[in-house]
Amino acid sequence: MIQIKDLHKSYHMGSNSLHVLKGINFEVKEGELVSIMGSSGSGKSTLLNILGMLDEADEGSYTLDNVPIKNLNEKIAANYRNKFLGFIFQSFNLINYKSALDNVALPLYYQGSPRKERVERAMHYLDKVGLAPWSHHLPTELSGGQKQRVAIARALASDPKVLLADEPTGALDTKTSYEVMELIQGINDEGKTILVVTHEHDIAQMTKRIVNLKDGLIIDDSMVEQVRASQYV
Amino acid sequence: MFSRDRWDEILEALNANKFRTFLTAFGVFWGITILVLLLALTNGLKNGVTAGFGNFATNSMFVWSQQTSKPYKGLPKGRRFNFKLDDVTALKNDFPQLKYVSPRNQLGGYNGANNVVRGTKTGAFQVNGDYPEFIKQQPMDILQGRFFSYSDINANRKVCVIGTGVVKGLYDKDEPALGTYIKINGVNFMVIGTFKVSNSQGDKEEDANTIFVPFTAFSQAFNFADNVGWLALTAHDDTAITSLKPQIMETLKSRRKVHPEDDRAIGNFDLAEAFGRVNGLFSILGVVGYFVGALVLMSGIIGISNIMLIVVKERTKEIGVRRALGASPWTIKSQILQESLILTILSGMVGITFAAGVIWVFNYVLDSNGPVENFANPSVSMSVVFTALIILVVSGLLAGLIPANSATKMKPVDALRIE
Repeated sequence: MIQIKDLHKSYHMGSNSLHVLKGINFEVKEGELVSIMGSSGSGKSTLLNILGMLDEADEGSYTLDNVPIKNLNEKIAANYRNKFLGFIFQSFNLINYKSALDNVALPLYYQGSPRKERVERAMHYLDKVGLAPWSHHLPTELSGGQKQRVAIARALASDPKVLLADEPTGALDTKTSYEVMELIQGINDEGKTILVVTHEHDIAQMTKRIVNLKDGLIIDDSMVEQVRASQYV
Repeated sequence: MFSRDRWDEILEALNANKFRTFLTAFGVFWGITILVLLLALTNGLKNGVTAGFGNFATNSMFVWSQQTSKPYKGLPKGRRFNFKLDDVTALKNDFPQLKYVSPRNQLGGYNGANNVVRGTKTGAFQVNGDYPEFIKQQPMDILQGRFFSYSDINANRKVCVIGTGVVKGLYDKDEPALGTYIKINGVNFMVIGTFKVSNSQGDKEEDANTIFVPFTAFSQAFNFADNVGWLALTAHDDTAITSLKPQIMETLKSRRKVHPEDDRAIGNFDLAEAFGRVNGLFSILGVVGYFVGALVLMSGIIGISNIMLIVVKERTKEIGVRRALGASPWTIKSQILQESLILTILSGMVGITFAAGVIWVFNYVLDSNGPVENFANPSVSMSVVFTALIILVVSGLLAGLIPANSATKMKPVDALRIE
């Protein structure tokens, strides 16, 4: 699903240059649930941003579902993001003045699907994360866990190839974190490829493979025995 | 471009901060209100002043004889002279561009000695000997009876048409005037009509205290022979009287043996020129109205632009999220543009409506309190409203342009990082 070869990325701040990714080689097959770990500054967020086409690499190749991702202009990037990727953020990033349903329907709006179909599909995914009764509530009326579930529904709405989750449990308490992870595991069980950036070991243990980053290089990449979140909930 | 979803998006965004939206809209609302009101007031002033010209055929001039100031052909300077009736014929023949050439003789005058008697009542009135077409040059309302006609002229009938002031001065209340006789300088004239000048250019009272008599009867009765004191000339609509003036003066001078360069011998008043000057003044006032109104409107538009910039800044993260979800830069840009456009147009429409209300109130007050000097019927035409709307659309787009560009300038990854 994802092939990355010799990926380099540096940031320039004035005269200083910060080499963040120093040659990442990495492959993800369809249906995998991968966690990317590392201390802050290890380059895991940068890697995720490049995977999410929010940022561009300086060097190296990136192929997503056999489509080479390079020389993107913003318009194409937006289109690819819409079609291929679903984002889950640490701070949920729901739009405050839109109801849960409208938030979930937003990627479909940008896809240009008709209103009726949008509402139906958004409702379907809200139901899937168990929030159908809250469909007309504003994000401010929802708890943190509920917000993240709305965000997950939104990420799923456009039926993307890959879900990218940046610290999805970073703003949640342990119990809610496990609930969210249970949901993510469930989605993965249905065959969706998911990448999770986290620095929490217990969360990482709930994925099937852990990639450890340090100073812009992968120092460890190993399969793990998946811990089902349901046993904690 | 304007689907229902887009509307929802825009209205949601505008609704998200109602108070700010209101304040922003107020700038444009105020600007367009001022613009429309200024134009309406200018128009009211114009209506008022042009009403002063009455329905008088404005393509007209008046000519009268004065004293010569230069000796010519053996005639001394300081000579008094009169136009003659054949001058009228000559002008009619030489200038087919002239629609009316009306000679007039006058007796008495405003505030003169008593010259009109009826029974025990006397009065000082202005008496004009005129031709029937004069009523077409200076329209007046015939209240009773009729104005005199060419058959009165040809038959030298001693009839007269009197103003409301004359009626008041010589008749008791409710006493019928038609068919009665009044004595002007000792000669009896039968009253055949009464009139009122609805839009008086000069003094209302002076117009009301006027008596019109057929020119021929006047000349005969008061011994004017073929002398003419005064000429009212009206040109056809396709010729400006001002452009004919030099030739007319030349003709009259040569016929009356006046030195061609003697400008003081013949007095004239060019109504078209005066009217043109007033009209010119109001076109300038109109431009000033547009200018000032547009400047006020511009400050409102800068307000919108400013607020949209802040809105974009505040929504940086939201815009980042939208882009992460697949909104193309153009989608974002056009949404910001449309938000500013809708805000401008909506507030502009409210402004126009409000201004229309204020104008209505003006008119209502004017109507109920009676006419005010030099001010009447403030109004704007639909073309002004459309111009204002076009200005609004253009300015709404301009106001959104800079914010829209700044909205997509930032990379989505940076936008998402903003807290």
